[in-house]
Amino acid sequence: MMAMVDVLLRRPYPVKQTASGMSRKRSLWERIHLDPWLLGLLLTLMSAGLVVLYSAGGQGMQLVTAQAIRFGVALAGMVIIAQFTPATLLRWSLPAYLAGMMMLLAVEIMGDMGMGAQRWLVIPGVVRFQPSEMMKLAVPMMVAAWLSRRELPPRWQDLLVCALLIGAPVLLIARQPDLGTSLLVAMAAVFVILLAGLSWRIIGLLGALAAAALPLLWMNMHDYQRQRVLTFLDPESDPLGAGWNIIQSTTAIGSGGLWGKGWLHGTQSQLEFLPESHTDFIVAVLGEEFGMIGMLVFLLLYLLIVCRGLWLAGAAQESFGRLLAGSIILTFFIYVFVNIGMVSGILPVVGVPLPLVSYGGTSSVTLLAGFGILMAIHSHRRLLPR
Amino acid sequence: MRQPRDTLKNPEHELRIFRLRSLLAVVIVLALSGLLAGRLFYLQVVQHEKYSTRSEKNRVRVEPLPPTRGLIYDRNGELLAENRPTYNLTLVRERVDDLDQTLALLVDLLDLPADQVEAFRERSRQRQRPYQPALLMSDLDEAQIARLAVNRHRLPGVEVEAQLLRYYPDAEAMSHVLGYVGRINTEELQRVDGGNYAGTHFIGKTGVERFYEDTLHGQAGLRKVETNARGRVLRELGHTDPVPGENLTLTLDKGLQHLAVDLLDGRRGAIVAIAPQTGEILAMASVPGFDTNQFVTGIDVSSYRALQQDIDLPLFNRAIRGSYPAGSTIKPFMAITGLRNGEITPDEVVYDPGYYQLPNDSRRYRNWLRWGHGRVDLERALEVSNNTYFYSLAHELGIDRIHDSLTQFGFGTRVAADVYGQSTGLLPSRDWKRARFDQPWYPGETLSVGIGQGYLQITPLQLASATATLANRGHWVKPRLVHETGDEPMLLELPDTPPDVELEHSEWWEDVISGMEQVLSGNEGTARRAGAGLEYRMAGKSGTAQVFSLGQDQRYNADELKERLRDHALFMAFAPVEDPQIAVSVIIENAGGGSSHAAAPARAMTDYWMLERDHGELPPEAAADEDGEADGAEGEA
Repeated sequence: MMAMVDVLLRRPYPVKQTASGMSRKRSLWERIHLDPWLLGLLLTLMSAGLVVLYSAGGQGMQLVTAQAIRFGVALAGMVIIAQFTPATLLRWSLPAYLAGMMMLLAVEIMGDMGMGAQRWLVIPGVVRFQPSEMMKLAVPMMVAAWLSRRELPPRWQDLLVCALLIGAPVLLIARQPDLGTSLLVAMAAVFVILLAGLSWRIIGLLGALAAAALPLLWMNMHDYQRQRVLTFLDPESDPLGAGWNIIQSTTAIGSGGLWGKGWLHGTQSQLEFLPESHTDFIVAVLGEEFGMIGMLVFLLLYLLIVCRGLWLAGAAQESFGRLLAGSIILTFFIYVFVNIGMVSGILPVVGVPLPLVSYGGTSSVTLLAGFGILMAIHSHRRLLPR
Repeated sequence: MRQPRDTLKNPEHELRIFRLRSLLAVVIVLALSGLLAGRLFYLQVVQHEKYSTRSEKNRVRVEPLPPTRGLIYDRNGELLAENRPTYNLTLVRERVDDLDQTLALLVDLLDLPADQVEAFRERSRQRQRPYQPALLMSDLDEAQIARLAVNRHRLPGVEVEAQLLRYYPDAEAMSHVLGYVGRINTEELQRVDGGNYAGTHFIGKTGVERFYEDTLHGQAGLRKVETNARGRVLRELGHTDPVPGENLTLTLDKGLQHLAVDLLDGRRGAIVAIAPQTGEILAMASVPGFDTNQFVTGIDVSSYRALQQDIDLPLFNRAIRGSYPAGSTIKPFMAITGLRNGEITPDEVVYDPGYYQLPNDSRRYRNWLRWGHGRVDLERALEVSNNTYFYSLAHELGIDRIHDSLTQFGFGTRVAADVYGQSTGLLPSRDWKRARFDQPWYPGETLSVGIGQGYLQITPLQLASATATLANRGHWVKPRLVHETGDEPMLLELPDTPPDVELEHSEWWEDVISGMEQVLSGNEGTARRAGAGLEYRMAGKSGTAQVFSLGQDQRYNADELKERLRDHALFMAFAPVEDPQIAVSVIIENAGGGSSHAAAPARAMTDYWMLERDHGELPPEAAADEDGEADGAEGEA
């Protein structure tokens, strides 16, 4: 059995390496360090997202234009990041991580109190910036950088260091309080460790520990966080308050049926029953107006992106790039899963937007920066065997 | 069998692990996607019928029910702010058979010019959704309502809607102290709890309306309604009643407030009256005022600009934000400061040749009487408002001790507990001057402060509050505007009340107050004309604040100066001396001398409070009772 897998895995993606690197012609895409497949899928997704946003945002061009501009900025960022070599990224891991930690501490000390939670760092007149957003990339980068220098699979000592690297920023973010983001950051880093080949014994042990820690987590939650969990378990318990969103979003999705009510014809969303219909709950608009078919098309798009991403990760030559790329793409999928899961009522409501579809600038920038890293890792390949 | 650390990494092995793990990841990703797809299948295919029905027929919408804003009364239960029902004409396009005919009929019934049809047509399109009522016209009068009611059967889709609108019966007299509500703007919406204000259109902008916004606003309710597929309300499924805002009973006396406004007689100025023993603000007038009702419905741009650009600054609340030199009204407080610090005793005499000179300085600081008052003790210094005495005292005290002591009377601080937008005025100190001008403090500047000039700036509210503290012989009661919230009376001892001002010999208070009594009753008293025929004992002090500074040997000639450069007239007073019931400050801008222009209004205020209030309204036997109560009150004090 193992032998079979071995055969399957030995060279599933033949790396184009010729005896002489000089003789190989580099394509246009390789020269600009972009992956055409991934770029094409992302652009398709974003365009489709804008169509849904037009309907969700009250049929005005204002939101769509604003979102398109943000996409433009984020894409430019992606292209720039893709030009770095994995070695540069590796060198920048520690400085980026330390800078992020400093900013988190700054937020902790003097953060702007916004929306009941301290998340923003404001440099007056220059930017409002959410350091936790940056940590979504900086933490997995740091962990991947650390692990890539060690012998893999990682051992207990390595895990201890990783736990510290992950724990510090995650605790700071959770204190803001932003439980959702802190979990996502932790998850991104954990993916790195899992992909590095953490032994199943340790995974099982840690899993059991985590389950045992759940009551502890519950006790340390804010009231509104507990309320969300309780409401998830029984939305009808608070139909006018927190349960309202879920009841309305499941109604929207369910009433969409197989084919949907048609673009701009979703009554739930157009008559403003649906809250936050252009941000976190945009999937409900999609489900109502385009039905199950539309939902599956989007799901398929996301899956194609994830598969292509994993393929690129697997083709990377260094373990740093491989681990980081794998973690980025899996985290991307987690966003999709958590968002659709929450809007369709199988997960509690956490503030996670639908990647590249929900209205909002910061998350698009982080996501596309991640894809930039992915492309950088893939496209800067050493042409000579080592 | 493991290789030694860091010597030999095994890229082949690592790659294999990664590929194995990512294969596993793909499996999990597919499984989770399958889970999502399954959930979608369940919702959109299996349960489609149920959700479709719910979406089509059982549309439940939550509508906010705004609470009714609390009313505001004066201390005698007179209404100062009410919610007046106004009637708006609305039209629901969906229910109108023939829009042209309906609009024509409306214009005819309401006696409007014919071109109003087009305006109505325009407004009826305001609402995107045809089932939502569009506002055609607000504030219908009774005759119009009656005519619409009679013709109701001819006007399907036309409704007369009642809406409560804030109304201030005494808008002009109460404008600054009461403030007003106006339409909420986006900035304010961010400040308040959005849910609670979902159905509220108005919010307190200034004054009591602003300070007590939370109390007055109340708690919004919710209405759960069922609507049809087009969004129209079919029936109500249940609701949570809003909790109306609490009513406020203010400490203001409407009669006294009106008197204060009348006394100012259109001149720029302010009058504040406080009941010393309770800290109740009885009147707080700033003239000119403005019609706050204009701001409720939304003032038009040209009227607003006219108010803003008016040279008399009607929008400016002089009583709490106007900063004026204290002039000689500071002298009683300077006297207390001297007594506290042991620099003077009541009997100590200063010789006044008509001027004061600092040691080694040729400059002469003049008394207002050029030839001087001769020998003056504390009482006489206050009675004749001698400058030389207080120059000398100020010099002996120095600015530091003056600053500390005047702070204890509330100068330089926000004195009142619940007045929105108070200014601190300016009580100068060495540190302040260093920070402001980067200069040291000069001794001559201390002399100016000693007679209430120089950098010192006070607000009318501060002066009234300090007078109340003086009347209480140093006992502090924080001034307040609210007497009762709902049925809850305000505490007498509020937190943050400054400590009482204490004198080593408490009988010395009487010496200072006696000097102030001589101001109104003594042979040489500066305000003896205003004090003529007093039926109770009144103590006061006049003040004349220079707007235009004079060179050292120039003389002041009111006629030569333009009106706006003339002195401000000030007066502070309380009565009766033995059992203070009212403390007053009066400031009239550019009126001239305080004794001749501000003393009489102060006397009128105390007269009203001591002799006239309520007498006309009470039946004879009740009036007799009231005399008895007044006696009783004396005993209580």
